[in-house]
Amino acid sequence: MMKYVLTLLSAILLGFAAPVAAQERDGPLRIEITEGVIEPLPYAVPVFVADNAAAAQHAQNITQVIAADLSGTGLFREIPASAHIGRITNFASPIQFPDWKAINAQALIVGGVSADGAGRLTVRFRLYDVFAGQEIGQGLQLQGTVDGWRRMAHKVADQVYSRLTGEDAYFDSRVVFVAESGPKDNRQKQLAIMDYDGANLNYLTDARSIVLAPRFSPGDDQVLYTSYESGFPKIYVLDVASAGRRVLETQQGTMSFAPRFAPDGRTVVFSLTTGGNTDLYTMDIGSSRTSRLTSAPSIETAPSFSPDGSRIVFESDRSGLPQLYVMPASGGEAQRISFGQGRYGTPVWSPRGDLIAFTKQSKGRFHIGVMRTDGSEERLLTASFLDEGPTWAPNGRVIMFTRESQGAQGQARLYSVDITGRNLRQVPLDIGASDPSWSGLQK
Amino acid sequence: MFAYDKLNKEQMKNEWGNPMNILSKTTILATVLALGACSSADRFGNSDAVDLNNSGVAGGALAGSPQDPTSAAYFQQTVGDRVLFAVDQSTLTPQGMATLDGQAQWLSTNIEYSAVIEGHADEQGTREYNLALGARRANAVLEYLTAKGVAPNRMKVISYGKERPLEICSEESCYAKNRRAVTVISVVPTS
Repeated sequence: MMKYVLTLLSAILLGFAAPVAAQERDGPLRIEITEGVIEPLPYAVPVFVADNAAAAQHAQNITQVIAADLSGTGLFREIPASAHIGRITNFASPIQFPDWKAINAQALIVGGVSADGAGRLTVRFRLYDVFAGQEIGQGLQLQGTVDGWRRMAHKVADQVYSRLTGEDAYFDSRVVFVAESGPKDNRQKQLAIMDYDGANLNYLTDARSIVLAPRFSPGDDQVLYTSYESGFPKIYVLDVASAGRRVLETQQGTMSFAPRFAPDGRTVVFSLTTGGNTDLYTMDIGSSRTSRLTSAPSIETAPSFSPDGSRIVFESDRSGLPQLYVMPASGGEAQRISFGQGRYGTPVWSPRGDLIAFTKQSKGRFHIGVMRTDGSEERLLTASFLDEGPTWAPNGRVIMFTRESQGAQGQARLYSVDITGRNLRQVPLDIGASDPSWSGLQK
Repeated sequence: MFAYDKLNKEQMKNEWGNPMNILSKTTILATVLALGACSSADRFGNSDAVDLNNSGVAGGALAGSPQDPTSAAYFQQTVGDRVLFAVDQSTLTPQGMATLDGQAQWLSTNIEYSAVIEGHADEQGTREYNLALGARRANAVLEYLTAKGVAPNRMKVISYGKERPLEICSEESCYAKNRRAVTVISVVPTS
């Protein structure tokens, strides 16, 4: 349920010129997202004021991206400009709150943009609680190059999101994934990177070799992935800025895949197959020193570190069907945590440490789900012909995953969903895409 | 009056510059497909085995043609280059063993050939698990052929998981053909 501290109803009853409104409140304007929001919070974001002609187009674009970020969460609803009564023509002028109360805007975002002649933009904004007639937090100014305008917009939206939800934000983030093209029996794959919203798509490898399941390093400057570049599946580490890459060699005749970084950024946990048997190993990325974590005739794969680096959750079919297990990061006895009907795979530990996202296959359907780290409170968030490979938003509130459609013309696409199961959305990309890995919030 | 974001000028340049500029200047290293089995034109197989024994062609087969019993094409089409597996299984079926008996016999006669055994899975499974499952299937073939006298150093295994389906429908009729291990032979050394 939505929990406006001040309900819509009382706001209307109090009318426009009610200075008591602020005193009626228990606290600041705040939307609680822990239990899932049914009724989004209405906000207005009039087009940011352009300080000069050169800034006009940027002001338009930046405002649009801020609104897309906020409304895209499903937590906020933009009141369209056509419904606005008030107009913001000067960033510094006092706000006429009655104009915004009249259209029931709970939150108001006001901003200005200026462009100097040297390709730099300055963006300023303030966030207001309309019914309290107060500013929420401080005004902020951001500066950057013109081609960084989207990041500035995301940063504004991140500020608004954080101030209104009390949660960390996630808009200024990127996703590394596998771009797909071609028919199902001859699919071309290449590593690609984009902003979380599908913008600024760039390719990191060409399409000559199969690439699978990239994962960001803790600093988001490197990517681990599996490639058939040598003819056999091997693990590579790629530098995001230069797209330069190197192989992490393992013993000859072995197949290595499913690599993920430990939080230390030096240790890599991965699957290694020898003699048809797949176990988990770690490797120090500097020294290449390898140690074995599991030793079982079953398949052990899809590992993921806990954010504190102390434990690893992974997938194993030691019980017959694939299930999820947790073990100490150094190996040792593993505890099974999944007990529902069906098969469980691709566990990924939440950046908050509280939940594990997974893929579940049951009765011919695939689901993305979350459970607590002890396996309790399992919750399925999606259902389709084929959903797999969840990755967490930096704030642990949203999951992105691969959804593949059925049949000969089947295509893979990226989707996102809240951990409440609400707000399922396709990531706007006009290419096939799979295996997303979400970065942290950019610095 | 404003709290300034603490990014300095240099950081702006580095972090907010267009990453495409950096990327486009980077040499994308040429990738080399070094798989020994590439000489086979039909690596992932797109033809069902056709029995050419009854084709009426008698004697004088062209070297390398499906009628030449020492050719890769003969191995693929007449001996049978693949075995199929049940859902989630890597156990060989009686039919699969019969095919592998033929493969072992052929490989013992044609000793100049090496083999790469490719394991595959259908699309009903997660990507990385299916990679491991494909490896299990390929290894089951390798172990069987080894037991039948094929030297292990003539063989290699690789798994493609669900990355290279042969049939693309989303039904069991297609899945059954995709759960396979294919023995791809070549005279190019595999190591």
